[in-house]
Amino acid sequence: IMASSYGAKEEDGHHPGSAGLGGAAIRTKKPDNTAFKQQRLPAWQPILTAGTVLPAFFIIGLIFIPIGIGLYVTSNNIKEFELDYTGTDMSSPCFNCSQSWNSTNTCKCELFFSLDQPFESNVFMYYGLSNFYQNHRRYVKSRDDSQLNGDERSLKEPSKECEPYRTNENKPIAPCGAIANSMFNDTLDLFYIDPNGKKRPISLTKKGIAWWTDKHVKFRNPGGSNSNLTTVFKDTAKPVNWHKPVYELDVDIENNGFINEDFIVWMRTAALPTFRKLYRIIQKNNDMTPTLPRGNYSLAVTYNYPVRSFEGRKRMILSTISWMGGKNPFLGIAYITVGSICFFLGVVLLFIHHKYGNRNNSSDIAS
Amino acid sequence: MDLSSIRKLITRYCTGEESWVDSRTVYIGQKEPPPGTEAYIPQRFPDNRIVSSKYTFWNFIPKNLFEQFRRIANFYFLIIFLVQLIIDTPTSPTTSGLPLFFVITVTAIKQGYEDWIRHKADNAINQCPVHIIQHGKVVRKQSQKLRVGDIVQVKENETFPCDLILLSTSREDGTCFVTTASLDGESSHKTYYAVQDTKAFNTAEEVDTLHATIECEQPQPDLYKFVGRINIYLDRDEPIVRPLGSENLLLRGATLKNTEYIHAVAIYTGMETKMALNYQSKSQKRSAVEKSMNAYLIVYLCILISKALINTVLKYAWQANPNRDEPWYNQKTETERQRHVLIRAFTDFLAFMVLFNYIIPVSMYVTVEMQKFLGSYFILWDDDMFDEELGEGPLVNTSDLNEELGQVEYVFTDKTGTLTENNMELRECCVDGHVYVPHAICNGQILPGATGMDMIDSSPGVDGKEREELFFRALCLCHTVQVKEEETVDGIKRGIHQGKSTSFYISSSPDEVALVEGMKRLGFTYLRLKDSHMEILNREDEMERFELLEVLNFDSVRRRMSVIVRSSSGDYYLFCKGADSSVFPRVVSGKVEQVRARVEHNAVEGLRTLCVAYKKLTHEEYEETCHLLNRAKLALQDRDKKLAEAYDVIEKDFILLGATAVEDRLQDKAADTIESLHKAGMKVWVLTGDKMETAAATCYASKLFHRNTQILELTTKRTEEQSLHDVLFDLSRTVLRQHGSMTRDTFSGLSGDYQDYGLIIDGATLSAVLKPTQEVTSNGGNYKEIFLEICRNCSAVLCCRMAPLQKAQIVKMIKASKERPITLAIGDGANDVSMILEAHVGIGIMGKEGRQAARNSDYAITKFKHLKKMLLVHGHYYYIRIAELVQYFFYKNVCFIFPQFLYQFFCGFSQQPLYDTAYLTLYNISFTSLPILLYSLMEQHINMDILKRDPTLYRDIAKNSLLRWPTFIYWTFLGVFDAVVFFFGAFFLFDNTTFTSNGQMFGNWTFGTLVFTVLVFTVTLKLALDTHYWTWINHFVIWGSLLFYVIFSLLWGGIIWPFLNYQRMYYVFMQMLSSGPAWLSIILLIIVSLLPDVVKKVLCRALWPTTTERIQTKRQCLTAEQSTIFMLSQTSSSVSF
Repeated sequence: IMASSYGAKEEDGHHPGSAGLGGAAIRTKKPDNTAFKQQRLPAWQPILTAGTVLPAFFIIGLIFIPIGIGLYVTSNNIKEFELDYTGTDMSSPCFNCSQSWNSTNTCKCELFFSLDQPFESNVFMYYGLSNFYQNHRRYVKSRDDSQLNGDERSLKEPSKECEPYRTNENKPIAPCGAIANSMFNDTLDLFYIDPNGKKRPISLTKKGIAWWTDKHVKFRNPGGSNSNLTTVFKDTAKPVNWHKPVYELDVDIENNGFINEDFIVWMRTAALPTFRKLYRIIQKNNDMTPTLPRGNYSLAVTYNYPVRSFEGRKRMILSTISWMGGKNPFLGIAYITVGSICFFLGVVLLFIHHKYGNRNNSSDIAS
Repeated sequence: MDLSSIRKLITRYCTGEESWVDSRTVYIGQKEPPPGTEAYIPQRFPDNRIVSSKYTFWNFIPKNLFEQFRRIANFYFLIIFLVQLIIDTPTSPTTSGLPLFFVITVTAIKQGYEDWIRHKADNAINQCPVHIIQHGKVVRKQSQKLRVGDIVQVKENETFPCDLILLSTSREDGTCFVTTASLDGESSHKTYYAVQDTKAFNTAEEVDTLHATIECEQPQPDLYKFVGRINIYLDRDEPIVRPLGSENLLLRGATLKNTEYIHAVAIYTGMETKMALNYQSKSQKRSAVEKSMNAYLIVYLCILISKALINTVLKYAWQANPNRDEPWYNQKTETERQRHVLIRAFTDFLAFMVLFNYIIPVSMYVTVEMQKFLGSYFILWDDDMFDEELGEGPLVNTSDLNEELGQVEYVFTDKTGTLTENNMELRECCVDGHVYVPHAICNGQILPGATGMDMIDSSPGVDGKEREELFFRALCLCHTVQVKEEETVDGIKRGIHQGKSTSFYISSSPDEVALVEGMKRLGFTYLRLKDSHMEILNREDEMERFELLEVLNFDSVRRRMSVIVRSSSGDYYLFCKGADSSVFPRVVSGKVEQVRARVEHNAVEGLRTLCVAYKKLTHEEYEETCHLLNRAKLALQDRDKKLAEAYDVIEKDFILLGATAVEDRLQDKAADTIESLHKAGMKVWVLTGDKMETAAATCYASKLFHRNTQILELTTKRTEEQSLHDVLFDLSRTVLRQHGSMTRDTFSGLSGDYQDYGLIIDGATLSAVLKPTQEVTSNGGNYKEIFLEICRNCSAVLCCRMAPLQKAQIVKMIKASKERPITLAIGDGANDVSMILEAHVGIGIMGKEGRQAARNSDYAITKFKHLKKMLLVHGHYYYIRIAELVQYFFYKNVCFIFPQFLYQFFCGFSQQPLYDTAYLTLYNISFTSLPILLYSLMEQHINMDILKRDPTLYRDIAKNSLLRWPTFIYWTFLGVFDAVVFFFGAFFLFDNTTFTSNGQMFGNWTFGTLVFTVLVFTVTLKLALDTHYWTWINHFVIWGSLLFYVIFSLLWGGIIWPFLNYQRMYYVFMQMLSSGPAWLSIILLIIVSLLPDVVKKVLCRALWPTTTERIQTKRQCLTAEQSTIFMLSQTSSSVSF
């Protein structure tokens, strides 16, 4: 029981003595007798004792354990498939591509894999990079948000933060900065291999992979209503590592230039050196068949992105999503653990409360 | 060079005035002395401008900035800010610049405003008109244009514009009355005297003809000391030389009273006046909490530096591989590459420092200052400490020491006026062993004969009658009391004659007033001092006139005063009154034994005794005395010493007349207060100038000593019998044996009946103890150590016969003893000032002996009993509040910064901040500042009534117990634990997966925001758990600041802010909140962070409760009981308290 004593002090808040005596001169100097000034505001005075904390511990335990179990089960039901296609192994089909890196001719490789279980509902396709420090300070700040927001002046005169990816051959780079320059440019295509060996491409949606607010507010093409991006970006240079300029990222005008969703996704720098980014969404079929049925698949990779120099890895991840996101048993386990600890502490405290709490109180009151 | 100047040189040489530069010569009326007397060297003196302001318009900004950055904390923040400006650092300079700018600006505005007020006050003073005599005419001038040597005319009720030597007054006798209320708070009228030879120069024209120079010492701050002499050049060649003393010196700031006008010459002007020299602020006292705070700061500074160092080293170890240092996707600029590796390492180190600098927050200083400043108002507002009689409440002169009030271990208290009322009344007088008790009530009629008194002993004989009358006359004459006159011309005569109190006596010493008033009741009424004649109305209602020839003023070393008078019959008398110890040795005849017995009896009763003696002088003896005194008074150097020697020669061979006993009642609840202080674990020492028996009686009455207290005496009486060495060792043996047996008792569980010791020491013995001993005693350790050891084992100590400076010495000695206890000194008189200034906390009592003590104190109260609430309630509260404030501030900043440190391991040691700039800046300023400030103002862990009732609770916080190293380490580890929970909680949640239902990914800013959200909630809720006193204000501020954080974050991320060059926070907070797991993990992490603290609290309370916690639990049980069995328990619970 949280013992409370609201208003217990109000009775002695006004004490006699202020009445009578003294002339006007004295009155003026005398402080007024408000509860606040006398530090006698009515107050709730809770104390943390074994008795008061006990129920809280049991309640936390009782609430957390079911939540944890729920989370754990949900996480376990999520299906996830991960495929490393870096190609460091001699046996890997992408070994050749990974060894040589020239930007002129594209290198392609194909990996085969099979799914043991069907993936229901929408399937999300990610690419993952390891040992890639997108959160390095020099990297994180190397961008110009006003340029990306369509500001004409920043387009001509990018921010100093973009150095050394600010200008190329005296032309301003658009989009400037290290982040944009190092945009992930592998192309991943997914094929379902029929039981009879026929390759069928799986349609990948590239809409809705970036935050809605990023795509519609934070990132904007310069030139306003001018839909001809070629003229808008006329006086700018492409980032040095890019194969094509920013206005050729996509044919779709709604997904071209700065508002290209792949670009936006890349521009949101990851928190940790091992990260994944949403690449494509495989929409579920309208019929009852699973989105990705059990069977064999192949991943066709256009291998452009070098990671060997910094010992990085590249992965392709297929995952279904629940209300709590991707597969992550951490939260469920944590909830179960904390709930159990609270419950256990509750029992310990109950013991202590019975053994010591009563003794203390009774002896004190007696004394 | 003529004869006179040679003679002057010789006299100067003979009087030993080598350091002539230490004096100044003032030419009255700016006139040069007669030609040829001495080379005229014009000395330069400052003008009379008072400058109390610190700044001018032009130097305000640089000087104020300089002053502010002299504080080490501000300087540190400035350095951080500059580093951020110069090198490329992770956070923008605004994050540290803005708070620093805010703090500096607020302080500058406050100081500027205060200085502006001072400027205005200065101008008002400097421009107020004064009247100067120039060429025989009165000229108006601005006060600031007054120069040394100008003759000033001051009218009644005007304030003196500078320090002046009184030349003449409108009164015939050359005296004037002055109150020094604004200087030392004493509202009594003091008499000042014009120089005898100039008092005739009454009008402006006459004064202008005066030709004289004044030689006097250079200005010094002591208000009551002045030596100088005046050379008056009349027509003759030889100037007349007269001494000048403080009785001739009118001080700036004092006001002329009861005198129509005076003429005086300016000798010290402007900043050289004694008042201005006393402006100097007192030395800064620092509280124990502040000291621990600084110690913590140093620890944190070390942590900060080592963090930065570790990270720098790891950074270079990690990026030894060039592909890590500069991968293809993240290349350096050309200039960065060309920088020397050492410079790079150094800038990296600085960048890490900047990143982690928030661990030492600017805002802590601001919050602590605000807490102290605002918190001190609770003392001012306290109704219980308001005195209806005086119409005044307590005063807070400094708010820096609020929490020190909760740490007091030694209380040094004055006796008179502090423990006692200082409301004196003559109880009895004893003439040759016959005791007279004046009627308590004067019935307003003077009856013929001796019916105004009761005689206890048989009526004395004729000879006795004569002695008795001489005794009464002596008391009527030997004093410095003034009669406060009525405005009406004959008011005083009628007033006193009719026995109504229309006129009353004023004196700086209440004893004298009590004596003179007592004499009035015994039939001898002192009327006034007129033309150097004291007028007395004797029992037969006849006027007796005595010419007052000399006054040998009272001082605390001699402890007596004397007057020399000539009766109308032409006899010379010297009357002396003083403490028995200073009078008895000088007595040659009289009934010494009877009087001594009576004096001792009275002293034991707690009465203040004085002895009265006289001697008759022949004319020759008088002449010699005069000569002796004049020579001493004329001396420019060491005048005090010479005067003391002269007094010593004059005051001897007395005939004892009798003794008086004056009662000084104990203050209301003084005993109760002392008992409470004892129970609270404080040692109470009484330091008094009074005699031992009187003081001991007061101590018994005030329960400082109990019936069963064993008194140890360390007095001259004992040291006369044994050597000091033996006495000390004796006492220490007694005490230590007790101590030894006590420890044995505690083992056997029988510590109940241990002996209580009380020590009495007198001034003479104390100075012998404190004298550095050459010979080291046999078992090492000098007297001082042994003495301290004895004191440590005594619950109460009484030091009597103390000179003011000795009081300070004792305080200093205890302060410096090896436990470094916190001391508090409380007193009401000027003689307590030195002790008040010396002690850690000085408390003044606004009493009858002026305001000097109150002015120099840190806190001033009206009655001794208020000390109880001051220490036990206010001190206790302030201490627990500030202790929590300090610990919490460090804790919350560890929580804040440690995740950033951990993050460096995952971002390639690149100094990437975890949180957004706005969060870094506002965390300490607005998200977490108000709750702790309010906590530190409002917290009451226990009701104040209980604190007052149960003083033992004070022991729970003794010795700075809430800020010891274990507590500090606990808080720091709690902070680190919480930081680890926040960081790795978020880390595992983010670990290579998504937690949104639409599959989209979050970036590093979401990661930081998640950690920050958990952080803000955890530290705020941690404070909520620590709060024991939830008023609506606490609710408002705690929940309000959490709400503010949420609203701010929504707003900060809700708009593309046009003035920012980055939009990294855009919609980050909202996206995070749109995800279910984010919510779940925030809740989980908050609970996990708070869990250990809650468990620790509950376990400690259940298993090892402190007294405080027991009381809290008990109260809780009682209130619970009350609510269940309401009717029945109401009576029983009130009984149980």
